[in-house]
Amino acid sequence: MPQASPRGGDAIDRRNLDWYIDKGVQVLVFIGGVSGILFVISIFVFITKEGLGFLTEQFSIGEFFGSPRWAPTSSHNPTYGALALIAGTASVTGLAMVIAVPFSLGAAIFIGEFATGKPREYLKVLVELLAAIPSVVWGFIGLSIMNPLIIKLFNVPVGLNVLNSGFILGLMAAPIMTTIAEDALKAVPDTYREAAEALGATRWQVILRVVIPAAKPGLLAAVLLGVGRGFGETMAVLMASGHSINLPTSVFDSVRALTATIAAELGETAVGSDHYRALFTLGIFLFVVTFVINLTADLVVRGIRRK
Amino acid sequence: MASAEAVSDIAIETRQVNLWYGTFQALFDVDLQIPRGRITSMIGPSGCGKTTFLRSVNRINERLGYVRTTGSIEVLGYDIYAPDVELVQVRKRIGMVFQRPNPLPLSIRDNVVFGYRVHSGRRKIPQTELDELVESALRQVLLWDTVKDRLDRQATELSLEEQQKLCIARLLPVKPAVLLMDEPCSALDPKGTEAVEELIWQLRGDYTILIVTHNMAQARRASEECIFMLLGKVVEHAPTDEIFVTPRNQETADYIEGRYG
Ligand SMILES: Nc1ncnc2c1ncn2[C@@H]1O[C@H](COP(=O)(O)OP(=O)(O)OP(=O)(O)O)[C@@H](O)[C@H]1O
Ligand SMILES: [Mg+2]
Repeated sequence: MPQASPRGGDAIDRRNLDWYIDKGVQVLVFIGGVSGILFVISIFVFITKEGLGFLTEQFSIGEFFGSPRWAPTSSHNPTYGALALIAGTASVTGLAMVIAVPFSLGAAIFIGEFATGKPREYLKVLVELLAAIPSVVWGFIGLSIMNPLIIKLFNVPVGLNVLNSGFILGLMAAPIMTTIAEDALKAVPDTYREAAEALGATRWQVILRVVIPAAKPGLLAAVLLGVGRGFGETMAVLMASGHSINLPTSVFDSVRALTATIAAELGETAVGSDHYRALFTLGIFLFVVTFVINLTADLVVRGIRRK
Repeated sequence: MASAEAVSDIAIETRQVNLWYGTFQALFDVDLQIPRGRITSMIGPSGCGKTTFLRSVNRINERLGYVRTTGSIEVLGYDIYAPDVELVQVRKRIGMVFQRPNPLPLSIRDNVVFGYRVHSGRRKIPQTELDELVESALRQVLLWDTVKDRLDRQATELSLEEQQKLCIARLLPVKPAVLLMDEPCSALDPKGTEAVEELIWQLRGDYTILIVTHNMAQARRASEECIFMLLGKVVEHAPTDEIFVTPRNQETADYIEGRYG
């Protein structure tokens, strides 16, 4: 209890306002941290619970991964082959990376190593603005700009295809990849650049032989996070990919992505039906894949690489 | 462009060098003639511009956008601030050792031949050629026997003393004429200091060495000429024996006797 000490001044156990504020903030931060973990776990439990029935009863690994026939609404013979959906997601993400990796690494190198002062700040803000564009807007661009453009340029019947959605997705993933890649470059100590320059290396040689090798884990993480982003993206892909079940053989084929399938079909299924549960199985699959990608990225960032 | 001076005994000649960091002037009318093939030490209190001077001799100062230099610096007869000078060539002739050992984040082997690779301009250099370079450079800095079995390990795993020796070794394959050393022993323990000093002493003759030090004993032991700087100006430049025994200048005397701290 607060008490005047015999020697004057405050008693040694006196608790003032700061003490209570400190304790309060500690509790709040603790709740914040724990609830984050709880949310993730409960989402996972929920998805698993909903999808589990299908996994244990109708699920056949051979059909799920081997058959391109996704026809859960067929009245006489519903089939649940996810191969075409997986191929759709993979092809779109793959093309997106082909576009985004050189773009974003190039942008990161320019912003991090060449630009200085004002232009550099403007560029960074611009990249962050790009990252803030909602995905439905990207999808809209895919539908209304890319679609007619592709039809006209390549003389194909439909412009909603792998090319369209891969391009859109590449543009979407590039800003975040640029930001992370630039952070990785910035983390390379300047003494390395100075040492290499003092040895007579040109700016470009410094970047190629010293900075990029030193930043490699971070750059790899940037790419992996971009892949994760592409995998999980729904809206833009739904709008720009054509949404038709296909094993793509060229970039002009329409495809359907895993995420888009869930988004488009979940609303029309009866809760608890086979179809409903099959969609949740797709969800589990997506969850696991993105989780593995993000985990890998995380491990790479920490430099834990298997030799 | 080569003049008669190229064969003179002066390796570095500066005329009226003034240098500004933004609006702050760090060097004032520096006029120096640094002899070829000798070790010249540079002493002076903290902040007097030793590092600044050194860094303007290989133009590494220019990495900072806000540095302005006037006057001329001639190295082996070439004005390195002339407009048509190639920085890469300047740095090929003038090697630099930094205060903190700064090996590149590459293998020991790649560190030694980094400069050589950069300057050779060839895509592929025969492995035997590289191996020979690595061995001879590491032998010269007395590092070969300790690292010969782990040439492919990261250079950053070495001890500080070994790192600093490596930083000297990687200059040698490029065959520079001048070595600039900015307090090369300040991050080392006494044993490391002794070893690196020994090494620098051995390189004398083949290279013109300009070494900054805070260590009076080191300047005295390890250099033939000595420059004393104060507040961005050169106060005295004389043979080391003279400057330490009979300094001409009161400020020099005060500094040498430790009155500047
Ligand atoms: N990058 C810089 N930007 C602005 N001012 C600088 C910069 N580097 C050095 N200076 C200033 O220039 C002056 C000379 O610095 P310099 O580092 O050359 O001194 P020094 O003699 O090497 O000192 P020390 O013995 O501490 O290494 C100092 O006043 C310092 O504050
Ligand atoms: Mg200094």
